[in-house]
Amino acid sequence: MIQIEQLHKKFGKNKILEGVNLTIGSQGVFAILGPNGSGKTTLIKTILGMVIPDKGIVTVNENSIKTHWKYRDDIDYLPQIANFPANLKVRELIAMIKDLRNRQGNDERLISLFKLQPFLSKKLGNLSGGTKQKVNLVLTLMFDSPIIILDEPTTGLDPIALLHLKQLIAEEKEKGKIILITSHIMGFVEEIADEIVFLLEGKVYFKGTIDTLKTQMETSNFEQAIASLLTYENA
Amino acid sequence: MRNNPLHIIFFVLYFLGTTLATAQKEIKVCDTCTFTSLKQAIASAVSGDTILVKPGTYKEYNVVIDKPLTIKGEKFPVIDGEDKGEIIRIMADNVTIDGLFVMNVGTSYTSDHAAIRVVRSENFLIQNVVLEKLFFGIYIEKSNNGRVYHNKVIGDAQDEYNSGNGIQLWYSNHVVVEQNIVQKVRDGIYLEFSDNILIKDNVSTNNLRYGLHFMFSNDDVYKNNTFENNGAGVAVMFSKRIKMHQNTFKKNWGMASFGVLLKEINDAEIKENVFEENTVGINIEGSNRIVYSGNNFIRNGYAIKVLGACYENTFEKNNFLYNSFDLSYNSKINDNVFRNNYWSGYTGYDLNKDGVGDVPFRPVKLFSYVVNKTPETIILMRSLFIDLIDFSEKVSPVFTPDNLQDATPKMTPFQ
Amino acid sequence: MLKILKYSFFDLIRSRWSYVYFLFYLGLGSVLLFLNNDLAKAIITLMNVITILVPLIGTVFGVMYYYNSKEFTELLLAQPIKRSSIFIGQYLGVSLSLAMSLIIGLGIPFALYGLFQSNEIWDFGLLLINGLFLTLIFTALAFNIALYNENKIKGFSYAILLWLFMAVIYDGLFLMTLIAFQSYPLDGFSLVATMSNPIDLSRILILLKLDISALLGYTGAVFQKFFGTGLGLLVSILALSLWVVLPTLNMYRKSRKKDF
Repeated sequence: MIQIEQLHKKFGKNKILEGVNLTIGSQGVFAILGPNGSGKTTLIKTILGMVIPDKGIVTVNENSIKTHWKYRDDIDYLPQIANFPANLKVRELIAMIKDLRNRQGNDERLISLFKLQPFLSKKLGNLSGGTKQKVNLVLTLMFDSPIIILDEPTTGLDPIALLHLKQLIAEEKEKGKIILITSHIMGFVEEIADEIVFLLEGKVYFKGTIDTLKTQMETSNFEQAIASLLTYENA
Repeated sequence: MRNNPLHIIFFVLYFLGTTLATAQKEIKVCDTCTFTSLKQAIASAVSGDTILVKPGTYKEYNVVIDKPLTIKGEKFPVIDGEDKGEIIRIMADNVTIDGLFVMNVGTSYTSDHAAIRVVRSENFLIQNVVLEKLFFGIYIEKSNNGRVYHNKVIGDAQDEYNSGNGIQLWYSNHVVVEQNIVQKVRDGIYLEFSDNILIKDNVSTNNLRYGLHFMFSNDDVYKNNTFENNGAGVAVMFSKRIKMHQNTFKKNWGMASFGVLLKEINDAEIKENVFEENTVGINIEGSNRIVYSGNNFIRNGYAIKVLGACYENTFEKNNFLYNSFDLSYNSKINDNVFRNNYWSGYTGYDLNKDGVGDVPFRPVKLFSYVVNKTPETIILMRSLFIDLIDFSEKVSPVFTPDNLQDATPKMTPFQ
Repeated sequence: MLKILKYSFFDLIRSRWSYVYFLFYLGLGSVLLFLNNDLAKAIITLMNVITILVPLIGTVFGVMYYYNSKEFTELLLAQPIKRSSIFIGQYLGVSLSLAMSLIIGLGIPFALYGLFQSNEIWDFGLLLINGLFLTLIFTALAFNIALYNENKIKGFSYAILLWLFMAVIYDGLFLMTLIAFQSYPLDGFSLVATMSNPIDLSRILILLKLDISALLGYTGAVFQKFFGTGLGLLVSILALSLWVVLPTLNMYRKSRKKDF
């Protein structure tokens, strides 16, 4: 359960979040959408405690993020740009993250799923962008945490890997988890998301299911619905 | 009996005869002997006698030796002056003092009480004597042709104003001072108006002021002595034709401290000495025509500090090893010659492999000028900034004398 | 924190730059020793090199590591790890791996040359302690600079400027101040000014060892007390430690407030 109340954040003079209220209580896949610079990543990073809020309360499973850094044990996070220490080998990185979190993970299965075995002894600096993203996914999804946050998970993935990713998300959803996703690929969002959280001008502009959005915008096309959300606002 | 002059002569001769016949007489002094004090023994002795002082403690002062005697101690008998004044005074020629332990000389602000004083006497010999708790130690006054050999002078001086010197020579010529150990007095060895003195193999350490102090004394030689940790080192002033060979000057540290201070010294030779870890190795003021050669200057603050006008001095074949400053100069004129020295700070090269560097070495750093003007800047020594200004001065001298250089610096140190 | 330290450390000691740094010191030590054939002279030269070079390497390496591992840091930030642990761990990883390159790089040639049988072992120890302190201090300063500057180019420029200032400009200003106010008693001021620059501080440690004879030639009572007793060594070591602790504390403070 994630609760956000009156969240404000600005970088210098640039106000990013201006009073975000958001409660994600039930399980499911939530897509956080919004135009560039609307604060999607900032919102995610605030939940993760990487960005310190100016004002407002954020709690994860009833723990305030300000004081209890251990709450992050409940979250698996996939960062947007996967860039790892170049001198580490893939195997070492996986072992290291497990070591740092003091937890076992089902990395074996994910490694074989993404066919990463040949790369295990390679240094991360020598991997291609797509392979890095696969490693990134392994690192994120190998722990069985109740909350999963994926920032642009599709970047650089080949179609087969993308397919596996969708499967994995579906599986995790089945387990009753909360999954937050940001993505630019509307098809992907439409396929997997249960609910949309649309950010605009630092506020939650729309929250609801895809169907509700489509009905509200009077269109059956999801991408069009999103586009009209923007124009609707401008009008 | 008539007063015949012949009789008188005979009488005198008879007396002399008996005296000479008993010349080898040995008089013993001890608690149970006929003589229980040195004074009594001297009073009864005749010229040429030997007084043997047995082990024990003798409380005596103002003992005057007024005839040629040999006073010999057995196992270092103690002559205790009880701080009452001077202890032994020699006022006759051919006196020998050997093997005494003399202590507790009285301190006075009006007269220079000594443990042993020699006054206007020739051919004296003072040896194997140990002096402790003294004011002045051995004081040679207007006495010539003597020898001060193998004595130990251990003072406990605290302040300069109420302490005296270990071995002092005043208006005395042709004296040999050899193998003595002098510690913790004001000046270890002090010479004034004394010529043709040989000072050899002495060790003078931990003295309040100077290990050796020299004034108005000419044609003296001192060699193979060690001067260590003295308040101000060794001072040689207003003297001519001094030879200093193979001495060691060590660890003389302090604001006005140096290995050797040369002031108004002309025509001297300073050869094969070792100057190690002194604040200033040699401090030179107004001294001319001195030859410095074969010396080792090791880890001194300044190896050589030149103040005032010094002309026609030659520095050759010395080793300058790891001194903070090799040379400090306070004038822009240079009339001294530096050649064939080894400088550990030399960074030149020797392409023709003749053992001599191909570019000259400039021993005076600009920084030493800066430090002379503003002493606190010393704290910036060895900083990159200082290295930079020293380097620029080296490339194009502005403040240092242009001709002050060793054109033939050695590539390897002299052994 | 120890885990982060461990990973940063192993990450770094396998990097090319660590090898370059290590080989540089190995080469420098060997060349100085086997060309000069003089342990004492080699140590003096090294002391001069170390007070200038170690801060430079420390700042550049520190800033570089920080910026290069930025994404990885973000990955770590999302893990259940205390924030300050991440930065302090990384800082210690960088500085200790640098210090290790220095100590082993110089240690090998000197040990081979027979350091342990010589009297110079204390001087050499002092040299290494100095190197260690300077590495810790300047890497910490570099991390601070990087924490305050998102822009890589800016951060690099500030780091180089910091080094240039501490290594050269500071002493120039210091010297000019001393000369300009030479009619006033300055020994207290100059000691304070020395304490305020870690490069000067470590230089003082070297001076205490090599130039004590010259230092004792000065009249100021404060100097006399400082250099003439163990006080100088004690105060310098304390001040150097303070120079490690203060930037580290600030790193701790800043890292808690910073957004990523």
